[in-house]
Amino acid sequence: MNKPARGSLLSIEHLEEKEILGLLRLARRMNPLKARPLLRNKRIALLFYEASTRTRSSFEVAAKSMGAITVLVLSSGSSIEKGESLLDTGYTLRAVGADAIVIRHPSAGAPLMMAQHLDIPVINAGDGMHEHPSQALLDAFTILKHKKSFKGLQVAIIGDIYHSRVARSACHLLSKVGVKVSLCGPPELVPEFATTLAPGLRITRHIEEALRGADVIMLLRVQQERLAGKKIHLQDYMARYQMTMARLKLAKRDAIVMHPGPIIRGLELTSEVVDGPQSVIVDEVRNGVPTRMAILARALGKAS
Amino acid sequence: MLIKGGHVIDPAAQIDALMDVLLRDGLVAEIALPNKIRGGADEKFDARGLIVAPGFIDLHVHMREPGQSYKETIATGTAAAAVGGFTSVCTMPNTTPVVDSAELVAWLRHPERGAVVNVFPIAAATLNSRGAVLTDFGALHRAGAVAVTDDGKPILEDEIMRAALRLGAQLNLPVVQHAEDTRLTENASMNEGPTSFRLGLRGMSTAAEANIVDRDVTLAQQIRESRLHVAHLSTSDALKAVRRGKRAKARVTCEVTPHHFTLLDEDVGEYNTNFKMNPPLRSATDREAILVALADGTVDAIATDHAPHATHEKEVEFERAAFGITGLETALALAITKLHREHKIPLTRIVELFSAGPARVFDLRGRGSLARGSVADVTVFDPKKKWTFEASKSRSLSHNTPFDGWQFTGKVVATIVGGKTVYRAE
Repeated sequence: MNKPARGSLLSIEHLEEKEILGLLRLARRMNPLKARPLLRNKRIALLFYEASTRTRSSFEVAAKSMGAITVLVLSSGSSIEKGESLLDTGYTLRAVGADAIVIRHPSAGAPLMMAQHLDIPVINAGDGMHEHPSQALLDAFTILKHKKSFKGLQVAIIGDIYHSRVARSACHLLSKVGVKVSLCGPPELVPEFATTLAPGLRITRHIEEALRGADVIMLLRVQQERLAGKKIHLQDYMARYQMTMARLKLAKRDAIVMHPGPIIRGLELTSEVVDGPQSVIVDEVRNGVPTRMAILARALGKAS
Repeated sequence: MLIKGGHVIDPAAQIDALMDVLLRDGLVAEIALPNKIRGGADEKFDARGLIVAPGFIDLHVHMREPGQSYKETIATGTAAAAVGGFTSVCTMPNTTPVVDSAELVAWLRHPERGAVVNVFPIAAATLNSRGAVLTDFGALHRAGAVAVTDDGKPILEDEIMRAALRLGAQLNLPVVQHAEDTRLTENASMNEGPTSFRLGLRGMSTAAEANIVDRDVTLAQQIRESRLHVAHLSTSDALKAVRRGKRAKARVTCEVTPHHFTLLDEDVGEYNTNFKMNPPLRSATDREAILVALADGTVDAIATDHAPHATHEKEVEFERAAFGITGLETALALAITKLHREHKIPLTRIVELFSAGPARVFDLRGRGSLARGSVADVTVFDPKKKWTFEASKSRSLSHNTPFDGWQFTGKVVATIVGGKTVYRAE
């Protein structure tokens, strides 16, 4: 085992505030349409053990726009199907000449383990229920675009926090930059010990309370495929926690509505909210590209 | 052999004094005040400054034979037991195949296995541990099984557990339960709490253990003469149920592992798979309750749940990694370092938890004491010796331990089985 290579991005929890702000500054300077070839001749392996649309395509576009060669390896159609271990897949990609690995994996901690056994940067593109650091960074980028500063902001995160790697990364990031965060949902999805994750978190079971005075509303999908024994009555959930135009009025007038996707219209939020003027959901996806350009530039040491 | 000048601690015989012990023909021939034993001995053991205790008994080990000899064999596992001061080990039946027949019990006990300490098999309680049809307890018992269990596949059906306790009662055979409501722990890989939440791992609730212990204790109270032994108890709530059973004079016993009285769930750190076991490491509240129960007599035995695994089964994603750690060579050192020195539990109580306590749990006649006529199983240890444990030097085939590099106080000096020295520290 070794320390992860410099430039790895494995979690937000273990990043310092100044590294987060540095990445956000770098992301602001990135323009996918007029990118400098910072990654020319670099080989980046995109190793995806789970389905992904947004994350995979934006990492790929980010890498290619800076001149990198990308190799996409999916768990189906590769030796992973034949039973190759995670570490052996990592060693193989390294031997092929990868300069960095972007990995999405259903098991929490898988990117860290890979980083502890390789000498190249590993970037976590989502690991199980653990973290999704590039999503938290692009969300922070989006918040800054609309709110100018983190100072004094109130954020409400509503929905299935238990199963959400996006929520964990967001909580760490927002807490580090001093934002107050309300977590909102039923106990099955927002356990009491969720507040121990980071300083400045509180829990409320009432969406009205979470929304009052909120500058930013982050909604999360109920991950029905991960519920495993937890029983959630969707009709009840929608009655208590669905984001509607009426509820949106409780938040600040200039509050923005965010969602990491995929969205389920009519479940955690109504179509009117998705398509409404306060929604920045599509903008988040767009911001994924410059944010991931910054992450890759930092990883491969050309972040000047 | 004459063990001279040692400090004998034999809780069953209420001895806690300087004594000489004479072993002859595999038995304790005499135990007397210093220099009172007359007659010669072919061999003398100078035990000055050392504790001389009844041979330690581990109620819960996985020796992996038959079928998983890449993890451990009876020869390597019992060699590790000897280093740890254990003169007897009770082996779990979750091997390949499952030990559910008298033939397999006999196979485990066969001299060809190369055991260097006593092996007492625990047999499966149901065929193939499927939880459906009880095994032939009588035949297993006659073949040498000291208890029955389905270990990692706990008996969840009330009717099957009731039937097992009834049949056990007829034969005076304990039913051992790994208490876990597996319906509540699907895909879970550690204790439920702040650490599992932080790491994004599914958690095992304390209720998943306590509910089963509670149910089992109730059954044990209802079924006359039945004997229930709770394996590797890890939660405060399960202890409450055990106390309830003991107060009601039900024949309920329990064991605790060294890792549960030493470590916490937060020690998992950043997905260290050598801290992954089942039951999982728990919260500080649970550990505190266990420490109290070890001191006050509620806990009957310290058992290691020695669970060796190969590197390729641990060096994988945390959620995919095998449950379990090795423990035979570090148990006494942890007990002395943590229980005795840190928590001020007397050495007499610690010796009881390793000897007289476990001997009572499984009725191992003639063991757990150094009274005259007992089997000559003796553990000699130095309670003040400082040393560092190195996993790479372990006698076990596997090295999956969280205690690599730990500094300990208290070390085994000699392990004597049936009057024969099977381990002697350099």
